[in-house]
Order: sequence, then structure tokens, then C-alpha cells
Amino acid sequence: MINIFNYIDRESPIHRLTGATKLVCLIFLTLAAMTTYDTRLLVALPLVSIALFAISGIKLKDVSFMLAFTMVFMVLNNVLVFLFAPQHGVELYGTKHVLLVLTSRYTITAEQLFYHLNLVLKYLCTIPVVLLFVSTTNPSEFAASLNRIGIKYSIAYSVALALRYIPDIQQEYHEISQAQQARGIEMSKKENIVKRLKSASAILIPLILSSMDRIETISNAMELRGFGKNKKRTWYMGRRFRAADILAMVSSILVFALALYLNFRNGSRFWNPFG
Amino acid sequence: MTDPILKFEHFGFQYDAQAEPTLYDINFTVARGEKILIAGPSGCGKSTLAHCINGLIPYSYKGESTGRVTIYDKEIKKMSLFDISRTVGTVLQDSDGQFIGLTVAEDIAFALENDVVTEPDLHQRVLRAAKAVNIQDFLKHAPSELSGGQKQRVALAGVMVEDVDILLFDEPLANLDPATGKQAIDLIDQLHKETGAAVVIIEHRLEDVLYRHVDRVVLMGSGRIISDGSPDELLSSNSLVEYGIREPLYITALKYAGVTITPDMTPWNIDTIKLDDSQKQKVRAWFEGQVSPSREQFGDVLFHANEIQFSYGNKRKALNNITAKIHKGEFLAIAGTNGAGKSTFAKVICGFENPQKGTMTFDGIDLKTLSIKERADHIGYVMQNPNQMISKIMIYDEVALGLRTRGVAEDEIKERVEEALKICGLWPFRNWPVSALSYGQKKRVTIASILVLKPEIMILDEPTAGQDYRHYTEIMDFLTELNSLGITVIVITHDMHLMLEYSRRALVFSDGKIIANADAASILTDQEVIRNANLKETSLYHLANLCGIADGTAFVRRFIHYERECVRP
Repeated sequence: MINIFNYIDRESPIHRLTGATKLVCLIFLTLAAMTTYDTRLLVALPLVSIALFAISGIKLKDVSFMLAFTMVFMVLNNVLVFLFAPQHGVELYGTKHVLLVLTSRYTITAEQLFYHLNLVLKYLCTIPVVLLFVSTTNPSEFAASLNRIGIKYSIAYSVALALRYIPDIQQEYHEISQAQQARGIEMSKKENIVKRLKSASAILIPLILSSMDRIETISNAMELRGFGKNKKRTWYMGRRFRAADILAMVSSILVFALALYLNFRNGSRFWNPFG
Repeated sequence: MTDPILKFEHFGFQYDAQAEPTLYDINFTVARGEKILIAGPSGCGKSTLAHCINGLIPYSYKGESTGRVTIYDKEIKKMSLFDISRTVGTVLQDSDGQFIGLTVAEDIAFALENDVVTEPDLHQRVLRAAKAVNIQDFLKHAPSELSGGQKQRVALAGVMVEDVDILLFDEPLANLDPATGKQAIDLIDQLHKETGAAVVIIEHRLEDVLYRHVDRVVLMGSGRIISDGSPDELLSSNSLVEYGIREPLYITALKYAGVTITPDMTPWNIDTIKLDDSQKQKVRAWFEGQVSPSREQFGDVLFHANEIQFSYGNKRKALNNITAKIHKGEFLAIAGTNGAGKSTFAKVICGFENPQKGTMTFDGIDLKTLSIKERADHIGYVMQNPNQMISKIMIYDEVALGLRTRGVAEDEIKERVEEALKICGLWPFRNWPVSALSYGQKKRVTIASILVLKPEIMILDEPTAGQDYRHYTEIMDFLTELNSLGITVIVITHDMHLMLEYSRRALVFSDGKIIANADAASILTDQEVIRNANLKETSLYHLANLCGIADGTAFVRRFIHYERECVRP
């Protein structure tokens, strides 16, 4: 199977959900994690995500690259927040419990650490859900389910089509760039920006021209096989929405509603254990 | 035959963008169950005719038409493209580009999906079509995991799934190696018999299509139908040579031997041709009258690869212990199936990929010490598709590109570019934009843009892919000319005619190894190499057998020698 979506074909209840269901769940769970800083919910959500992960049968090593990639981001994000706003927690929670004084600016407070904990938890809520989405959603089935939730099939199909041709175009880019390097086009970072732009054009122009040929072939092939003939079409990879899909979508919407409710009850997005 | 499905009556067509019509006064019919080959050189209008059959004209390509085209007595103009595609199923030339689905099953299902076929019909019909072309074990495979022949079978299943009455094949052999091409023709023949659909094949490789019987051959030239009759009649006439189509090699050999071809010899296939004793005697006499070419003398070793190992990522070895020499001034062919390692070998030579093991020297220099750019000063690489190389608007600038990046003075650039343009026959076009050139001329531009760097070796990847015999000859004669100027030419190819006629030596790759290193005539008559490398035996060898000549390889060698010395110059 194609690796761009990182789809991993396994048998699990998560795989059996339609792509649209998973997209809806992804959106609402992410929104929930984004809107609230209520630590109680932020602790509960990663537990749910990790449980879902276990159900899906996706192994950590299957997604290790993306996991490491996002973890780096998480660390970077936290470091930057501390460097630029070491007292942000104090401002948010209105109290100051000093734990350790490094310099007068970089004083470590319980409030700041608590704020960072919340940030980390937010990452831990979203990362597993995103990884689950990309590794359990078959792109064609995803296109089919987009169409089912009301998106025009020509648009839904273009998603699948892009995924189909991206590896080909990557391959072609690679080949063109090799041949142009042989002619002396410098691709390294040693060159200045003007030269590099010129070099890029030496690869992009042939790439665009040959892609145009490709597009002509594809659109002819599609028309000859009746694409656009009817207002509707069926999908080989399509699946019906089942009870589980409805259940999953409703649950994720409820989680989002819960996040909003907590914000409302706390009087702000922050849950304050210090006051 | 009765019951015409498709009928052209005094049909003519002119594209909106062109000054002259492309088709004139076309009259022909396709009847139920017929099998027709449409042959003709590039630019004769055969692709345009294909577009008229499947409805892309007038629906996708606009232009002015005269006369009538009808399907079941209904004028095409009054039908929609989709109505036409229910009757005519088209397998396009580019079996990769027309692969729309993410997997085999989805691609086969595509037409049914658009027809709103629902479950469980959808899955059943896909499976049935997949079984018909024997691809059912690959339903979940992505196109990148399939060979060229498998992709073509998927394309075929994708049109058969609709139960069409006419199957139209646009140059089905263009991207296939010889053995796979043979299988494709076999499969088309089998489906033709099983489904009863009419088959129309557009192809200029006459001999390869005639591996299986066809009812009629329609020969086209400059937008007109030149002849429309049985293959036996066509081969007995001189029209093929006249219109720049390659005759089957055994026919050419018979003609050299002074045998007159007549329809009652059933000459359409080497297995059906009937030769009487006096005709066989003529062939034997011709064979004995020819001198055997002297053994090829090779120059000094210019390039030496020693025990090269290479693999992409952690997959199987793409190159497994390759040791090879390339001599100064030779014309070498590198043959083998897709994935056998021939292109990878070229990439390793050029430095695009670095081998994990082994050494390579050029003129005594260790190639490891040279960058891609530095290697390119000695070893030039020309890609298969000229559109993948051309990045400048003007021909002059395109050819000058490599010199400019090397910081050569503008005076010298001018001199060298002009020289390269002259050698490549592009001098009259020096001030033209590249876009005004034909495909073959663009190919020359890319060759010129490498030639201008004065490399000692030029590697060309499939230089004649998709070219008809005339353009093919033009390109190859040009490469021969370059070769005679002292440039070592290496051609990567699965075209057997090319190997036979032009190369002095061939390296055959199979599964990452070199399995043969000899002259083309011995390779194309060696059963084992042929089988392992997906090649095809040349019909000349069969002809030699048929005429009782024991040494078939010598016959092939003398035939090539005769052509080189007496026919072509």
C-alpha cells in the first residue's frame, strides 16, 4: 500500500470506522483539547487516546518516526514558552509559589510548571488521535466517506487522485534533479538565494511540463471511463455508516461539549488548583 | 463479416490549432468480432483516428470535421462521450498514467463506480474482469508494485468490466519488453476469442502484432488510408517500406535473397509462411554469398566497473556484483527487463547513486573522487523523455546551460553551442523556441545539450521509445554518426531491432546481474538468455532454421552486416 497517508492495513474496530467518522472525531477531540486547560479533562483524554491506540492494533514502532517528530515539537514548544515567558503561569493563576531561583527572570514556580504540564497534556491528547487517523484511514475509503457526508464526488475524488500521483511526481522530481545536477545545476545550500531559485526553475519547469502531459492522459483516461457521467457515483472502497460510527461521532462531540461546559463552570479556560 | 458496429464515411478532420487537416476522406468499418490493426508512421493520423473512434474527438480535442462517423447507425456527433465509451473501451498507450485508482481493484472498478453500480455487483464484476486478465492475485496492490505488463492488464480489465463491443488499443507495445509484449498480444487474442468483441490495435510494430492473427491491416499515410486488406496482401506489396513502417525481418531477408512474396505463401507469420524448395535454396545461396563480418575490434578500456553492489534502502540488491568494461569508441547496448538493474547501473556510473561496494574507474581515475558534475564532463546522460530535461525557452539557451553553469566564457560558449547545434542538425532552428519543435527534434536538443560538454561517453536511456521506424532510424543513424566521431555510445533499451542493428556489443541484465556479454546476434539466438532477460528470439533465426541453415546465429550476423554495409549507407 501507499505510504504517504501512512495507512497500515490491520483488522480492528478503529479500522472499521469510516474515514469521515474518524475525521469528525479527530476534529472534535482536537477542538476539545485546544479549548480547555482543565487539567482533569486533559488527563482523561490521553488515557482515552492511548486506549484507542491499543484497540487499533497499531504498534508504536509503526508510527515511531512521526511520534519522534511530534515529540521534538512538543519539547521545542515548551522550551520556547519558558524562555520567552517564564512567569506566564504566575500571570494566569494569580499566585506565585517559588520552587527554585535560577536568575531573577528565570524563577521556577509551581504555577509555571503546572502550565507546562497542561501544554504537554494537550500534545498527548492530540498526537495519538492524529496518528491514529493517518494510520487507520484508507485514503480511497476516506474519499468515499467524504462523498457520503455531502462533499461533491469530484472534490472527494481529487483527494484520492492526489495521493495516487504524489509518489510518481516525487520520483520524477528526483530523476530530473539528478539529470540537471549532472549539467551543473547546483542544489546545495552553498549557493545564494538567487542562484538557488534559478536552479529550482531548472527542475520545476521540466517537472511542470511533464506533469501537464500526465494530466492530459489522466483526464482522458477518466473521461473515457465515464467520470462525471452521473450526478452520483458508487465507491468500491466505500462503507456504510454503522452504529459504531454514529456512536464514535456522538462521543467525540460530547467530549467537546464537556470541554466547553468546564470552561464555562471554571469561569475561564483555566482550572486553578492554586486558588 | 456482417453487422458493422462502427462506420467512417468520407470522414475528414482538422484540429482547430492546425492549418492543414489531419485526416482526409477516411472510409472504413469495424464489424462485430473483427480484429483490425491500424499501422502507419508517426504523424500519419493514426492517433487522431483513434481519438475519433473513442470519442475524444470531438469531445476533448476540438476541430472541424467532414463526413460521418456512426456507431450502430447513430452519428457520433449526436452521442455523448459517455455513450460512446459504453461501446468502445480504450486502453491508452501510457499504462502508468491511465492507472487512476490507488489499487488494482479500485482501478478496475472505476468505470463501474461512475456507472453507479452498487454492491454486491460491483465487487463481483471487478473480480470477474480481474480473472479474465489473470490479475486477481494482485487486487490490493498499488501501481508502484506492478510491472509494466501487469499495469497493462489492469487497464484492460478496467475497460472490459463494462462489456464493450470494441476494444481499442493505442500502441499497446510501446512500453513493454519483448517477452511481455508477446504475452500482451496473446492476451488480446485470447480475449478477442472469448468475448467476441471487435479489437482495433493501433501500432507501428507490425511484426510484433502479427505474432497472432489479425483479420485486416489498415495502413495509413499522411492522413489517408493507403490500403485496407489482409496482412498477407499487405506484406506482398511494397507499401510498408514506402510509408516508413518496418517490415517483419524475415520478409526483408527473403526480399534480399530475391524471393518474391505473394499472398498464397501466407507470409503474415514466420510459422505460417510456406516456402518451396527453390525459395529456400535462394535463401541458402544468399547466405553463402555473404561474407561473414570480421570480429569486432575494441579499443582501449575507457571505463571499468569492478564488483559493484548496490541496493535502494534495505531492499534486495539492485546491482549484484557487476563487473563490466566499456571500450573507447564502442557502441554498446544494455538490455534487460524493467527492474533488472540496467537503469540503476547507468545511475551508478553517472554518480546519481553511490554503490555500497566495488570500484569504478574512468580512464584510470577513480570515479569516487569525482562529483556528479565532474563526472558529467566525461560521461553524459540523456533521459528518456526530453520534456524531463528541457528547462529553457530558447534552444540556444538550453544547449548552453551546462556550459554557463561551468562558468565558460560567453565567446567559447557560442562557438561550442553552434558546433553542437550543427552536429545535431539543429542549426536552422538555432533561434527558435523549444516549444516549436517535434518530439524527435527535442530529443536532439537534449542530446546537443549534453554533447556540448564534450563527454567521452554518452549514455542514452531508451532513446527511441515511442518512435516510429522513420524517426527511430533518424535518431539511431545520428547516434551512429556521433559514434563515428569517436564518442562512446551506450544505449539502454529493450528494443531488439535496435540492439541487433546498431550495437556492436550488448550487456544483458537480469535480476541485478549481467547474464550475457556478447554481440546482439548471439544474444538474440541464445534461448537461455532470451528466457531469463524477457527478450524474444529474432524471426531471422527461425527463417534460417526453416531454410535448413544450421548456423542461425551466423545468418543473423550476416543479415545485419549486409544491412549495415549495403543497404543503409
